Amino acid sequence: MKAVGIILAGGNSEMRLGDLTAFRAAAAMPVGGSYRAIDFPLTSMTASGIGKIAVITQYNSRSLHDHLVSSKWWDLGRKKGGLFVFSPYTSMDNSSWFRGTADSIYQNLTFLQRSNEPYVVIASGDSVYKMNFKKVIEYHVAKGADLTIVYKNIENEDLSKYGVMQMDEDKRVIDFEEKPLEPVGHSVSLGTYVIGREMLIDLLETIIAEGRYDFVRDIVIRLRKKLKIYGYEFDGYWRSAGASISEYYRTNMDFLDKDVRDLFTKQEPYIDTKPKDEPPAKYNMNADVEDSLIGSGTIVNGRVEHSVLFRRTFIGDRAVIKNSILMEGCYIGNDCVVENAILDKNVVVTEGKSVIGLADTPLVVKKNDVI
Amino acid sequence: MEKKEIMALLLAGGQGSRLGILTKNTAKPAVRYGGKYRIIDFPLSNCINSGIDTVGVLTQYQPLMLNQHIGIGIPWDLDRKSGGVTILAPHVKGGEEMGDWFMGTANAIYHNLEYIDRYDPEYVLILSGDHIYKMDYSKMLEFHKANNCTATIAVLEVPFEEASRFGIMNTLDDDKIYEFEEKPANPKSNLASMGIYIFTWKKLREALIEDNKVHSNSDFGMHIIPKMLADGETLYAYRFNDYWKDVGTIESYWQANMELIKTVPEFNFYDKFWKIYTKTDNQPPQYVGRGAKLQQSIASEGCEVYGEVHSSVLGPDVLIKKGAVVRDSILMENVVIEEGAVVDRCIIDRNNIIGKGAVLGEGENIPNELKPNIYNTGITVVGENSVIPDGVHIGKNCVIYGKTSVEDYPNGVVASGKSVIKEESRL
Repeated sequence: MKAVGIILAGGNSEMRLGDLTAFRAAAAMPVGGSYRAIDFPLTSMTASGIGKIAVITQYNSRSLHDHLVSSKWWDLGRKKGGLFVFSPYTSMDNSSWFRGTADSIYQNLTFLQRSNEPYVVIASGDSVYKMNFKKVIEYHVAKGADLTIVYKNIENEDLSKYGVMQMDEDKRVIDFEEKPLEPVGHSVSLGTYVIGREMLIDLLETIIAEGRYDFVRDIVIRLRKKLKIYGYEFDGYWRSAGASISEYYRTNMDFLDKDVRDLFTKQEPYIDTKPKDEPPAKYNMNADVEDSLIGSGTIVNGRVEHSVLFRRTFIGDRAVIKNSILMEGCYIGNDCVVENAILDKNVVVTEGKSVIGLADTPLVVKKNDVI
Repeated sequence: MEKKEIMALLLAGGQGSRLGILTKNTAKPAVRYGGKYRIIDFPLSNCINSGIDTVGVLTQYQPLMLNQHIGIGIPWDLDRKSGGVTILAPHVKGGEEMGDWFMGTANAIYHNLEYIDRYDPEYVLILSGDHIYKMDYSKMLEFHKANNCTATIAVLEVPFEEASRFGIMNTLDDDKIYEFEEKPANPKSNLASMGIYIFTWKKLREALIEDNKVHSNSDFGMHIIPKMLADGETLYAYRFNDYWKDVGTIESYWQANMELIKTVPEFNFYDKFWKIYTKTDNQPPQYVGRGAKLQQSIASEGCEVYGEVHSSVLGPDVLIKKGAVVRDSILMENVVIEEGAVVDRCIIDRNNIIGKGAVLGEGENIPNELKPNIYNTGITVVGENSVIPDGVHIGKNCVIYGKTSVEDYPNGVVASGKSVIKEESRL
């Protein structure tokens, strides 16, 4: 069952992630000590046999381009298929930013027109999960669906930031509400879809001509009765690293849980990412590390507890790091205290200084800041 | 084929027999070093960092691991349309009944003349896959050109009392070589050859063809260099003053690894512009659990530590369970230390499970009975894919190889200097 993949990595997440996305797309958010969010959908696709993938970017795409430019790390440096990274461009008759998710695919319609795979898998670039898309496509075919939406039942959580769908006994979608004030049920759309390639081209051409540009609003919701839309339940680990700062924090802290860590790091398919060729991590004489994830190239002299340290961080003598996320290249001097904080890349905390946030709202320190 | 100014030939066919069981199934250049690396990563990374993008790797002894490791050269950016890395194995040539093995260092290059000729290089760099160092070969090439040399030989100043262990270059004041002596009893100089040569290819090509008519085991040190000197060619010694380690014996291998755990090691892995590259299939972070102690050690991708680790080097995907203690040891890839086990001054090769409560490396320092010249400094070595059963006690200078069970340990003990070899092996 052949399919091409589309990863939507263009969303403007500054509203949701604040300073953390001042320099990067949500899909490029560092996750789990070694990865970036987009590695998860990308690996899920390649591991499901999808060898032709388009990543559609828009905001702050530099970091994403930098990450993806040599597509060989995902085995996507191919003559046939491979990785395509699309950004908005200007042409003779058209010069515009993407006007919505459907428009962003429409503006790159040649990618779909020049393919011959019967199906398309669409995923968002900032979710952390591992999914076998082969099964979703099989389900889509078995149901005779026009569109299949992958959902997850999420209970005891505020669902107002998600798309919430209702289905009949046959899993056919009968209603879909985006960011509902009063959600009905708890089936949350994961922004992951399977659709026939030709059907997608037809739908996009139709709605764009009508001046409609959004995939969820103008296809899923507006056409929910006309199209046969089915829900596919995913019951594995899933979290949106781009949903909010607290979700981003939780996603990283989840990696301290053995089951989550093993899922992504010890069970095949492993998550592929761009290698950085850092040396092994170094634990010096008085290092005292507990319940923490340590990236390669890190040097620890002080204490680290319940934290996620990305690559090439440095922790000075007697420094204490607790309940925090330190992105690549952070430097913590001697006798510092960092607690309940998210330190973006290359933050320097000079000797003796403290960075302390609240337990439920981690303090965010901007990239390259010196404290 | 695009012409190359310089290309490298890396001699990676040696066994490294003094590394004992570590090189039973693996050529020495493929042996792990510093946790995540293999010895060959150092010359390969040096090549690409020096701007050399065409490298022939000559294999012979147990090449499987090397072939898998190098592949098409992606980790070193040596996957190229023109040049890149090529694995050169002994082969049967057209018209021959049987092929020839590589019989000496220069003979190995002689067998690959056609490969080199395809790039029509001005210079060739000859390297071995046995040493840990960072070196900018482009500076050595400048030196070679500036002195209009036929050959330039990289040398290291060694203490005079050790000079008789090396190939020694006797030089004039300006480092022009007038004589080469292999392991001289009374050394006249302390400039030891590092086994790194740059030759002007046209000259080397002639010398190889002539010498291989005479010597079937043609060797750079024994034949080519003396021949060039006798022919009046210009040879210079190129002094290297930085870190360089031969990891040829169990003890030197252990020492070289242990140097990396010092607070400020002599060898700097953290150089942003001279990275050492290696192949990694999966690159997860490492996890240190509650109650764990991990000090004065280095650890690689995917390690999980719940027990105690002191002064040790951990390779990728090592698991240290609760209550286990590891001290002064080197653990290669995918080693599991079960609960309560104690590992003291050991080298444990890849894919090993050390059973619950087992104690390794205790007792007196008695040299190994079978191979006293290899295992004699108290280090116990466990070969790849072995199993150590729960609760057994193993002494110093022991060699364990294969899937051992309790029956292999009379009274649960293998005393210092004893070995347990479960498969036919040359040890």
